Amino acid sequence: MVALDETQLREGVDRETVETVQSMAGTYKHGWETDIEMEFAPKGLNEDIVRLISEKNKEPEWLLEWRLEAYRRWLTMESPDWAMLKIPEIDYQEQYYYAKPKSMVEKPKSLDDVDPKLLETYAKLGIPLKEQMILAGVEGADEGRKVAVDAVFDSVSLGTTFKDELKKAGVIFCSISEAVQDHPDLVKKYLGSVVPQNDNYFAALNSAVFSDGSFVYIPAGVKCPMELSTYFRINAENTGQFERTLIVAEKGASVSYLEGCTAPKRDTTQLHAAVVEIVILEDADVKYSTVQNWFPGDENGKGGIYNFVTKRADCREDRAKVMWTQVETGSAITWKYPSCILRGDDTQGEFYSIAIANNWQQADTGTKMVHLGKNSRSRIVSKGISAGHAQNTYRGLVSMHPKATNSRNYTQCDSLLIGDKCGAHTVPYIEVRNASSRVEHEATTSKVDDDQLFYCRQRGMDEEEAVALVVNGFCKEVLQELPMEFAMEAQALVAISLEGSVG
Amino acid sequence: MMPRAKLKAQKRDAAQARLAALSLPQGGGWVTRARTAARARLLDMGLPVKRDEYWRYTDPRDLTSDQFAAAKVLKITDEEPAFSAVDRVKLVFVDGVFDALASDDPALAGVEISLLLDVANTDLHWAQDIYGKLEARGQLPVERPLAAFNTAFAQQGVLIRATAKAAKPVALVYLRSHEHADAIMHHIVRVEQGAELTLLENGPVAARFNQVIEAEIGAGGTLHHVRTQGRDHDRAGSAHLFAQLGQGAQLKSFTLTANGRLVRNEAMIWLDGQGGSAHIAGATVGDGAFHHDDTVFVTHGAQGGESRQVFKKVLRNGAVGVFQGKILVEQAAQQTDGYQISQALLLDENAQFLAKPELEIYADDVKCSHGSTSGEIDPAQLFYLRARGVPEAKAKMLLVLAFLAEALDEIADPDLAEDLRGRMESWLQRHS
Repeated sequence: MVALDETQLREGVDRETVETVQSMAGTYKHGWETDIEMEFAPKGLNEDIVRLISEKNKEPEWLLEWRLEAYRRWLTMESPDWAMLKIPEIDYQEQYYYAKPKSMVEKPKSLDDVDPKLLETYAKLGIPLKEQMILAGVEGADEGRKVAVDAVFDSVSLGTTFKDELKKAGVIFCSISEAVQDHPDLVKKYLGSVVPQNDNYFAALNSAVFSDGSFVYIPAGVKCPMELSTYFRINAENTGQFERTLIVAEKGASVSYLEGCTAPKRDTTQLHAAVVEIVILEDADVKYSTVQNWFPGDENGKGGIYNFVTKRADCREDRAKVMWTQVETGSAITWKYPSCILRGDDTQGEFYSIAIANNWQQADTGTKMVHLGKNSRSRIVSKGISAGHAQNTYRGLVSMHPKATNSRNYTQCDSLLIGDKCGAHTVPYIEVRNASSRVEHEATTSKVDDDQLFYCRQRGMDEEEAVALVVNGFCKEVLQELPMEFAMEAQALVAISLEGSVG
Repeated sequence: MMPRAKLKAQKRDAAQARLAALSLPQGGGWVTRARTAARARLLDMGLPVKRDEYWRYTDPRDLTSDQFAAAKVLKITDEEPAFSAVDRVKLVFVDGVFDALASDDPALAGVEISLLLDVANTDLHWAQDIYGKLEARGQLPVERPLAAFNTAFAQQGVLIRATAKAAKPVALVYLRSHEHADAIMHHIVRVEQGAELTLLENGPVAARFNQVIEAEIGAGGTLHHVRTQGRDHDRAGSAHLFAQLGQGAQLKSFTLTANGRLVRNEAMIWLDGQGGSAHIAGATVGDGAFHHDDTVFVTHGAQGGESRQVFKKVLRNGAVGVFQGKILVEQAAQQTDGYQISQALLLDENAQFLAKPELEIYADDVKCSHGSTSGEIDPAQLFYLRARGVPEAKAKMLLVLAFLAEALDEIADPDLAEDLRGRMESWLQRHS
């Protein structure tokens, strides 16, 4: 393998950009593991394992049946082969589907009772599980900004912060296993209503074996008083993580939700198949931001997380709004298409994405904008950066149904290649079934644009300054859509914005 | 059986069943070898079905089945056939069968012309390096079973070899006389080093047609290809253009399609030599039960190549326009300049535009972009023209013609471009 150092730097690609991209895979910061006693379900997947997971979570009968139905459907399905990914055959019988820290067998009453070792894990990751903690880098506000966190460790949720304060506002924020106990009607009503069990191979697998995840319910008219966040950590070896997140925003509700993920460095690959469902009713809006930083494998392509995720938001009623923002830097394989079903009239869907693939990473990611309602609007901005031997694909669908008159879509996907051993691909599907809707799609693949450079140079910048400025701009459109808490982490990760480049 | 294996088996069974009643045409050494190989390829691939990714927007059933609908022969009296005014060597096919009496003497300085039927029994012919070879190459990375079917069963076609700059265009004129004719034609074009040829095609061909052109363009050679697909409403057909370009070679291919129930035009282009240039363009005007599919795959295999794909579709009254385009830039093809635009103008709420414009890029020093848009006539532009006293119908026509102009610009010969522009204008008048 040719290390990036040896890669001939082309004129126009800034060394700092290269180094930043390189540093992300080369020196994975979160690669350590927590040594803690775990309780595992037996290896392998069968109906008994599904029953066991359901039993461990003390689930009602209907949910067990729901899981079993998903499992039976999954057996008749095939792993999708249409993505531009070379996926080594996965032995689903060689995985653990349930892993729980022993200390969690008796559920702690509050975070104070949680094993300090587990809390340390999150402290080390910089995730505040203590309610008084204020996020680093967010200064200026008098009290600092509060973020409620649900921490998911392998198959279980450790606990959720700021529960009481959220409760006062009427917001439910807890693990999905708790929600099944405490709010069964809500879960039953909405679970699988956006992503049905048999939606796709990985969603079916998730439906059968999901162990935990977050549940968010924002009642009508409530603006969630703080940002909500889930932090996923895979720790145990040979363990798949299958979390399920369900967010419901009632009429006029509003919430911003953040998701982060990391995993230890290992030689063997690990499986992650998550489902996120979002239901958005009239006039409500949800903002969902992800910084995905699962272990990407080492510089020879060994190990890493296989990340197969189904995320979908259903703007079920008029004027509902959703915004997906993702920074994808981790995982050996990423297969992920956060989608928007714009069912109501005047609904709005947005998707902002930065995907960075380095070394031997493969990413096939994008979105679907399904316009069903009149005057619905969507916007897609995707930035892909490929380096090393990586393959990075944008795949997206924009569909205007006959009844979605006067709708609009604007799509922009740009790819940047660093080195000649990698690939950048764009696979958009555009389906327009009425005339009054306008759809615009633009994509470019390049090194740094010569015209832009020329423009900057003309104004007296030297080459390096000009390049810095242009590259700086490459990811800005997406970064600026991230909530403050994530913008910091994302900028550090991407660091395409170069210091002192604006001259 | 799991779903994918089951589908493959069904496709193969369908191919078996379709070929059961067909036997390969008689012929000599090289032709028979090519046909036998193509038949085996087809049986292995199976027949295409709507569930294939490459056919997601177009149902191939009417192109593959042994049954097909009759197509009324349209008697056109309100305009001269395309290219009538061009000084050309005319080769006429009626329902896909060569008509020597209606054709010109094929003697043309700088060009050798022969018929597939005549050379199929020879042991040696220059076309043996091309016939079925480019089609076979074009089966990767995406299968094109209809083209393999064509190679196996075509008996009609011309072999054109340009050794210098051709004195006149070679024109293939396709007439129809029968409501049930099913035409299979396979043409071979070889443009030798530094030579230049213009190939014209026009006419409605047959009730159903399956046509393949395999073209090899040598270093510094140029091929101009201008095609019109006539106005018959009922006809259905598929056409494949496979073209392989040497160093500095040029290809310009333009297709105008007006109506037709179902047309799928595929182009598979390889820029094998340094500095090759390929421009593939199409203008489509469709009204009513009209389904038109442009599927283009351009592969840049060498340094410094340039390609353009320009497709414009004007659709109304239930017409469906499809564009599947791809630019593939291999690792060796540094300094590639690739451009692709696909646009649809939907004149009423019933029209549809379905597009999949793809980029697949393995070289870093390239400039590739694509754009795709769909929408109605811009009311602001219409208002502007009307405010200046242009009547609404006239204003709309101006805007539609302006929309189509970028595709027409890809025709090198201004007279040909003007002829086709006029045809689009008449079409718009008839269909307004």
